[in-house]
Amino acid sequence: MTMEEKMGGSGGEDGGKDRFPIGMRVLAVDDDPICLKVLENLLRKCQYHVTTTNQAITALKMLRENRNRYDLVISDVNMPDMDGFKLLELVGLEMDLPVIMLSAHSDTKLVMKGITHGACDYLLKPVRIEELKNIWQHVVRKKKPDSLDHSNSANQDKAQGGPGEAGPTSTCSSDQKVNKKRKDQSEDEDEDGEDNGHENEDPSAQKKPRVVWSVELHRKFVSAVNQLGLDKAVPKKILDLMNVEGLTRENVASHLQKYRLYLKRLSSVATQQANMVAALGSKDPSYLRMGSLDGFGDFRTLTGPGRLSSASLSSYQPGGMFGRLNSSAALSLRGISSGAIQPGHSQTLNSSINGLGKIQPAVLPANQNQNGTLFQGIPTSVGLDQLSQNNSSNPFGEFNHVNDPNVFGIGTNFPDARVAVVSSSNTVPTVSGNPLLLQANTQQTHSGAFGNQSTHGLTSLNQESFDMHVRGSSNFLDRGRCSENWQGAVQLSSFPSNSLSTSEAFNHEQLPTNNLRECISWPSSHLSNSPLDLTSPTANSASLEDPRRMSQVGLNNNAIQNIDYTTKQQWGDQRHDYNGNMNRSFCRVDSLVSSSRSVVDQGNVVNDKLNDVSLFSEISGDCAFVLPHLEGEKSGLDTKLRSNEDILFEQTKPQDGFSQNNFEPLESIMMSMIKSEQNNESPLMDGEFGFDAYSLGSCI
Amino acid sequence: MNHMAIAALKTQRRNLVQSMFDEGVLDNQFNQLQDLQDSSNPNFVEEVIALFCNDAERIITELNRYLNDQNVDFSKLDSYVHQLKGSSSSIGAYRLKLACVNLRQASEERNKEECAGAFNSIRREYYVVRSKLQVLMQLERHIVNLENQQ
Repeated sequence: MTMEEKMGGSGGEDGGKDRFPIGMRVLAVDDDPICLKVLENLLRKCQYHVTTTNQAITALKMLRENRNRYDLVISDVNMPDMDGFKLLELVGLEMDLPVIMLSAHSDTKLVMKGITHGACDYLLKPVRIEELKNIWQHVVRKKKPDSLDHSNSANQDKAQGGPGEAGPTSTCSSDQKVNKKRKDQSEDEDEDGEDNGHENEDPSAQKKPRVVWSVELHRKFVSAVNQLGLDKAVPKKILDLMNVEGLTRENVASHLQKYRLYLKRLSSVATQQANMVAALGSKDPSYLRMGSLDGFGDFRTLTGPGRLSSASLSSYQPGGMFGRLNSSAALSLRGISSGAIQPGHSQTLNSSINGLGKIQPAVLPANQNQNGTLFQGIPTSVGLDQLSQNNSSNPFGEFNHVNDPNVFGIGTNFPDARVAVVSSSNTVPTVSGNPLLLQANTQQTHSGAFGNQSTHGLTSLNQESFDMHVRGSSNFLDRGRCSENWQGAVQLSSFPSNSLSTSEAFNHEQLPTNNLRECISWPSSHLSNSPLDLTSPTANSASLEDPRRMSQVGLNNNAIQNIDYTTKQQWGDQRHDYNGNMNRSFCRVDSLVSSSRSVVDQGNVVNDKLNDVSLFSEISGDCAFVLPHLEGEKSGLDTKLRSNEDILFEQTKPQDGFSQNNFEPLESIMMSMIKSEQNNESPLMDGEFGFDAYSLGSCI
Repeated sequence: MNHMAIAALKTQRRNLVQSMFDEGVLDNQFNQLQDLQDSSNPNFVEEVIALFCNDAERIITELNRYLNDQNVDFSKLDSYVHQLKGSSSSIGAYRLKLACVNLRQASEERNKEECAGAFNSIRREYYVVRSKLQVLMQLERHIVNLENQQ
């Protein structure tokens, strides 16, 4: 039974619809009387209309009686009369209402379970009022896009309907998920993300013509915002800076709003993710990795149409990709991703991404702080982000914001994550430490991004960044040029396979800096399986030395975009290109990713989401934070990815393959690569190499 | 005269709450509860505390029972601890929540001795927070009474 008609308060009950979210009708279920009472009062304070019951069975009865009487259900996980998850499933099936899970425990498994069972979000007790203030977004998301028609904000409203993506909306900000879905769809249709598309399934179903925030456009936007400074960025000025014909101030205003939300989400996610990552421990790395991959995947997709304008890249917070993750993983990712983006951090990001893998989704939380460091969220993406960022005027500077401590946190957990993000070009040096990644990611001040995260408004943005990241990483791994370059670079720089294992090796020489740059700047052309053409090595050249630069370079060139694509493919295929090690690493990454996915329940979920999201978001111009998960959404993403290239996700396929979380070698490789790049040791191949570095990161 | 008395009581109340925060007996969640209390909801905190105490005592009794069994049913233990953890955290009883985490840990490890130790901590922390909260509520009532008399 689809209560599609329910639009915020169907039936005009409560009349809350008009002043939505005020008056939103919530049904709260918890057998613990204290929690129930506190929750009830908190909800009332948010001006929602609350009904409570301490029995799941009663709740079901009430819902069945009249589903239209409620907009949202919040339920505890552990209840004596019925398993919370069961209730969740039933409500989702029968009434198609958004359900938020509550629990005193934050077990990854539980959160994952919640996601897979269809929870919109997963909150931990004690619930804070800030978290409750955002829950209305889940209602909005569930509504059909049509009903929520906003002039330029299609991204957020993604109604659950359509996208056939995994049933569960994934706790991580639905936005991301939604965006991702959209992206997926759009990807299929048009890499350009021509359609911001509300509808996941049918872009053409949009009711009104809306501005499509393509990668290029978004990049310009982010660039303008960065120029002005996030705080001072006003629609009018942004519009002027962007200088795009046909774009109205309103378009920009609404996009700006989403972007801010996105950044915020990223930061919150980052924090959460960091926590989760920490909690996840060893698993995380894989998880993160996965996330990163996702991010990259998306990245690619984003680049599909063309290059990822750096701006867009930057704006694509890795978080977006992670957003999907929802679960803790997502959270961590967010945190990480955001941090990751920072230019120097890119490296860290990579690593963090790896670690975050799990968190990935979460990572995307709005990283407001970074102007345009959308990527930050995603560690891997960071690398990309940076690249993308460069497009706009701020060469990584923007990313720097990312350095949230959160990111580090996460990174640390994931030992493997270290190198993961090669993309950040600069990260090379940091590769050695997860912290790097973390830093980058930390940017995001994640706030529980994962769980609760409301997928931030930026979702669209995130997605993009995510995609970007993914792309970067994918490029890296993909054969695209990157791999070649990389290999070349690696080899050229006499990157001994051993060095791979030692991060130090990275630091120096191994990767010709040029390469990195190039990689990053891959022109959009790479999007599709064609090897990445780092067309603009120039931009990158200078940067290699400084991780930051790398990213910058990349960004500027949109090369990242290309990279994404290529990397993706490379991942799967070209691994061998790199000195053997690299390949191995990549494989590992892949496997890790995949394994991480599997390893971490959440991670998986997240990853999937991430994959999808990231990939698609990019394309659709939304920040597809949600990285297309490697596994899950893969299908959706895959399609997309394929269009671009084999997006990283493909790589993730090997999930069962490697399960080794042995990122270490990969990391070292990446580090070396990065180093070499920086050192400009050997001109690997134009640009491709550069990108590789990134991809490495992302791979990881 | 009453003014001074009220002021004095308020100071006492403030100090008590502060000390509880300082010692970790309470955490920020308690602030949220206080924030929820307003004119439309004047006895919220007191009601929640009363609910909490009832529930906590019930759970502690159950925990005690299960722990004294020959064959401890750890899953039951875990389930009760989970509840107590949830309510402790909802009310902001920080140390008590930590004690719950410890018991959960011990229970997962199926370590009966550790469980017993952790349980004692729970009981201890519970009584500490309960008695302090009771004093707080008394002060609160007293203040309200005096203010109403004004």
